[in-house]
Amino acid sequence: MAQHVAQPTATTPALPATLPLKAIAPWAVFFGILMLVLLYFVGAEQGATAVVSGSGVHEWVHDARHLLGFPCH
Amino acid sequence: MNSATVRNLLVRGMLAGLGAGVLALIAAYFLGEPNVDRAIGFEEAHAPAHEHEVEIVSRSLQSTAGLATGVLIYGIAFGGIAALAYCVALGRVGRFSPRATALLLSGCALLAVYVVPFLKYPANPPAVGNGDTIGKRTTLYFLMMVLSVLLAIAATILGKRLAPKLGTWYATVAAVAAFAVVIGPAFAFLPVINEVPADFPATVLWRFRLSALAMQLILWGGFGLLFGELAERLLNPRPAKAEKSRAVAAAPN
Repeated sequence: MAQHVAQPTATTPALPATLPLKAIAPWAVFFGILMLVLLYFVGAEQGATAVVSGSGVHEWVHDARHLLGFPCH
Repeated sequence: MNSATVRNLLVRGMLAGLGAGVLALIAAYFLGEPNVDRAIGFEEAHAPAHEHEVEIVSRSLQSTAGLATGVLIYGIAFGGIAALAYCVALGRVGRFSPRATALLLSGCALLAVYVVPFLKYPANPPAVGNGDTIGKRTTLYFLMMVLSVLLAIAATILGKRLAPKLGTWYATVAAVAAFAVVIGPAFAFLPVINEVPADFPATVLWRFRLSALAMQLILWGGFGLLFGELAERLLNPRPAKAEKSRAVAAAPN
């Protein structure tokens, strides 16, 4: 069994080892939330809801919002 | 070590997302923008004369710098999220190399994040959509997106559970069927939105939606290939590189 696992060759590449969920979690929580905030500003800010007043953000990403499929106005 | 691998994959995911975003931006500019302009032309021809708003951002900025900002941030953000999902999927979804896992994940993300919500609530050009219903439309679109992504994750876990009993092939078929059966009622029972003006040109609407879909195909296809390449090089370095990195690791510093 052991020798079967430890012999990657050119034709049978080594299968990737799994990354422990504990190592992923802190990155996933912090960067996951950060990425979602970015998506919110591209996709929905100053549309249905607004964090920043005015319509500058909405107007700036207007074309991207339409073409990326988000409801714009 | 493992935390460093996650960090390295995350950075590569965001870089690959930026690269794929550039490709999508080219498609958006050449395929999408002409249709946005036609739709705005329709909007202006049909707006009452006194309703012309003051431009805060000019059309030439919206269609270049503004478009680039939106598309590139979208690429980086989804690249980062996809890289984190990749860290979980790697070695867990089946017997796939790092590169193949990346392309598989990218394809599933295209379907779950974009195509499934698009089939219910497709992208709309300017002039299509009533401003009074923006809240409802935004909620429904994000609901559909979240639902589709969560169901795709559930289907993947289901497929993995069934695989030992049914074999990989039938487990995958069963998982996809389960996804379709559960998403079906959402398609059937969520409210229908049709706010296309009666005389809006059908060809402009069709071409706008095709160009929006093309952008996503290019974005996720490009991401899968770019990120797969970067991940493969990180996780399976070539022998010469492996020697070098081992030497670096062994060097005292």
